[in-house]
Amino acid sequence: MIELRSLTKRYGSFTAVNGVDLDVPRGELFGFLGPNGAGKTTTLRMIAGILRPTSGTVRIAGVDLAAEPVAAKQKLGFIPDRPFIYEKLTGVEFLRFVAGLYGQSGQEIERRGRELLALFDLEEWRDELVESYSHGMRQKLIISSAFVHKPEVIVVDEPMVGLDPKAAKTLKDLFREYTRRGNTIMMSTHTLEVAQSMCDRIAIIQRGVIRACGTMDDLRASAESGVTGLEEIFLRLTGEALARELVEVLDA
Amino acid sequence: MLDDLRTLLAPKILTARARARQKERGRGARTAILIGVGAIFWSFAFGVLYRLLAYFKGVPEIGPLLAGKLLALILISFFSILLLSNIITSLSSFFLARDLDLLASAPVDWLSLYTAKLLETCINSSWMVVLMAVPMLTAYGAVYDGGGAFIGLAIGVFLPFLVIPAALGSAATLILVNAFPARRTRDILSVIAVLAAGGIVVLFRVVRPEKLARPEGFRSLVDFIAILRTPTSPFLPSEWVGRSVMGWLTGSLDLLPLYLLWSSAAAVVVIGALLHRWLYARGFTKAQESGERWAREGWLGRFARTALSPLGVARRELVLKEVRVFFRDTTQWSQLILLAVLVVVYVFNIKFLPLTGEGITFFIVNLVPFLNLALAGFVLASVAARFIFPGVSLEGRTWWLLRASPLPIRELLWSKFWVGMVPLLVLALAIVGVTNSLLHVSAFMFAVSVLTITLMTFALAGLAIGFGTVFPRFETENAAQIPTSFGGLLYMMSAVGVIGAVIVLEARPVYSYLSAISFRGAEKPPTLELVLGFGLAAAVCLTATFWPIRIAIRRLEALER
Repeated sequence: MIELRSLTKRYGSFTAVNGVDLDVPRGELFGFLGPNGAGKTTTLRMIAGILRPTSGTVRIAGVDLAAEPVAAKQKLGFIPDRPFIYEKLTGVEFLRFVAGLYGQSGQEIERRGRELLALFDLEEWRDELVESYSHGMRQKLIISSAFVHKPEVIVVDEPMVGLDPKAAKTLKDLFREYTRRGNTIMMSTHTLEVAQSMCDRIAIIQRGVIRACGTMDDLRASAESGVTGLEEIFLRLTGEALARELVEVLDA
Repeated sequence: MLDDLRTLLAPKILTARARARQKERGRGARTAILIGVGAIFWSFAFGVLYRLLAYFKGVPEIGPLLAGKLLALILISFFSILLLSNIITSLSSFFLARDLDLLASAPVDWLSLYTAKLLETCINSSWMVVLMAVPMLTAYGAVYDGGGAFIGLAIGVFLPFLVIPAALGSAATLILVNAFPARRTRDILSVIAVLAAGGIVVLFRVVRPEKLARPEGFRSLVDFIAILRTPTSPFLPSEWVGRSVMGWLTGSLDLLPLYLLWSSAAAVVVIGALLHRWLYARGFTKAQESGERWAREGWLGRFARTALSPLGVARRELVLKEVRVFFRDTTQWSQLILLAVLVVVYVFNIKFLPLTGEGITFFIVNLVPFLNLALAGFVLASVAARFIFPGVSLEGRTWWLLRASPLPIRELLWSKFWVGMVPLLVLALAIVGVTNSLLHVSAFMFAVSVLTITLMTFALAGLAIGFGTVFPRFETENAAQIPTSFGGLLYMMSAVGVIGAVIVLEARPVYSYLSAISFRGAEKPPTLELVLGFGLAAAVCLTATFWPIRIAIRRLEALER
């Protein structure tokens, strides 16, 4: 459902994403990990059609994003890491607006909007302006908006940021059920437990290059022997010498 | 304290420096255009003032008085603009800016914070006035041989002239934030600022400065000179600046106004600082409380939804979103008050135009509807700058949503165009219809005016979308500030250029046509000239409509945020 071929993004002389090749098949929940500044958000924003790749291609459900952006985006929902939305719309108006951008409206959208708001405990806030929402509530509203038009593919950047434990649990269940129904989700996260417990496959990106990609077993095999958890694998693969640096910094 | 101040200002200075050094495609060409248009504007302002002042200089006795009066009028306008601008800007810089959380949690002393924010407010509110003041003061200096030292004097009087409204505006905002319910502070302030601006416009109108241009209206020359000699407002800093400047230029420099300027500036800064010390913490806390407002779709919303359904779902939702966001944002809708004041003053002026009696020729009677068109065009351009120009900038923070959606950029921009253009056209037709009725123009001129203003409205809306996209201000929180950006200024200049071109292209053929049918009844009216003139004017308007939007589409498609 998501095909990336030699995907590259350069900002001047800096290469944020360097020749990434990736296939995420239908029905998969795919995790995208990496240290800060590794190129996760840039990759996801290219898949969402917000940034243009310097070179390479993105295909969504077989449609080339550069050649047919409207058709490709029609199949896509995007959840960004920073919840900026129209402050002067109410929750329900925002959902209607997003559905409208995808050419959908009517009773079906009203019903789905109500259900999504109820799912994230936002029902009693539905007619309040977004400016009075907290950070977490905005994040929940954006998540609801990504589902309202029933896309085949959802791209999520840091979904758990700002969510309370109940909402985080709801989201995990929603993602699982959604992929079980044959849809695809690609998400970046720093919460390694979430990635380990939820994702079918995981890619680790560092300095714009995919260091490893596969199931947990594949990743264990590609890291050195003796590691079991994703945190250890992540640190091995990304070469983060955490403990030594900590001591040095605190002593400095 | 100085170290603290330097630290607090460093991010702003470094940001400005980084922005200046940023390499961007087309930046060189853009800078060149900016400099070119700026130079034309400066030369034009300088040229007009220079000629006027040179003429005044040749008039014995009254000349310097007229020059002084003109300066006083310009300066009082500057002062009003500065005061309002500072009130609005200080709300952002002292209470809403994103760096305030960091500063509030840091061990920064109150005086450093006040000074840094006051400087920031002052610079952000004053730069445009300073840009306008340069050609004005240069013209005064050149005509009256001010000499090199005049530059020093101009800087010496203008610095306190800028600081006083900054300190006053910040203090007013501080008191308002503390006095009104916190949730409504921003809304109330926007309305107050706009009402004040409207009040100033009305006041200015009531003073009727045009009386000075008609000395025959006074009982005697002595009365006229007495009016000229009377200070417009002896307690206003603008008067002190005017007196200092004219005093220097006429060789009778009085140090009192200079002393008043500097001592008042120092006094208001000290009072402002003390108020800041007492009230800022409380006001800042109140300003952080978010609004709590409900909005449920009523019959009007349902009606709009049904009425707009022929547009298709995406366009309909975009239009509804635009309208909702506009009417729920006080900083935006409140400007309608100012618009209403402008229109009333404009119609009032037309109503009292003396168009009968001696010396009013056929030429003048037919010139007036054209001037009316030009002025109506200018009013519409200002309205478009306020309401259409900021459209794209206001999408900055939600750009991710539009970009990730399947909505083509073309649709987005054209929706914004129609949402802005239709009300603008209604306003345009109302203004032209009412003023033409007041002017008793012929049916032919009425038709010419309606057709022209319609074409002009398309062009003004297209230009506003184009310039608003090419020079966006994505990070600005207050919509009212967006038109005051350099892009906004550039838009106004281009709009004036288009209006001027249309008027010039149409005026001559229309005049020839009217003369032919009025005085030379038998002669064939110059229809070809008329068609050519209108054809060219229409071509200018259509180019100004489509070309900027095309550029805007390309620009937005390449935009990465």
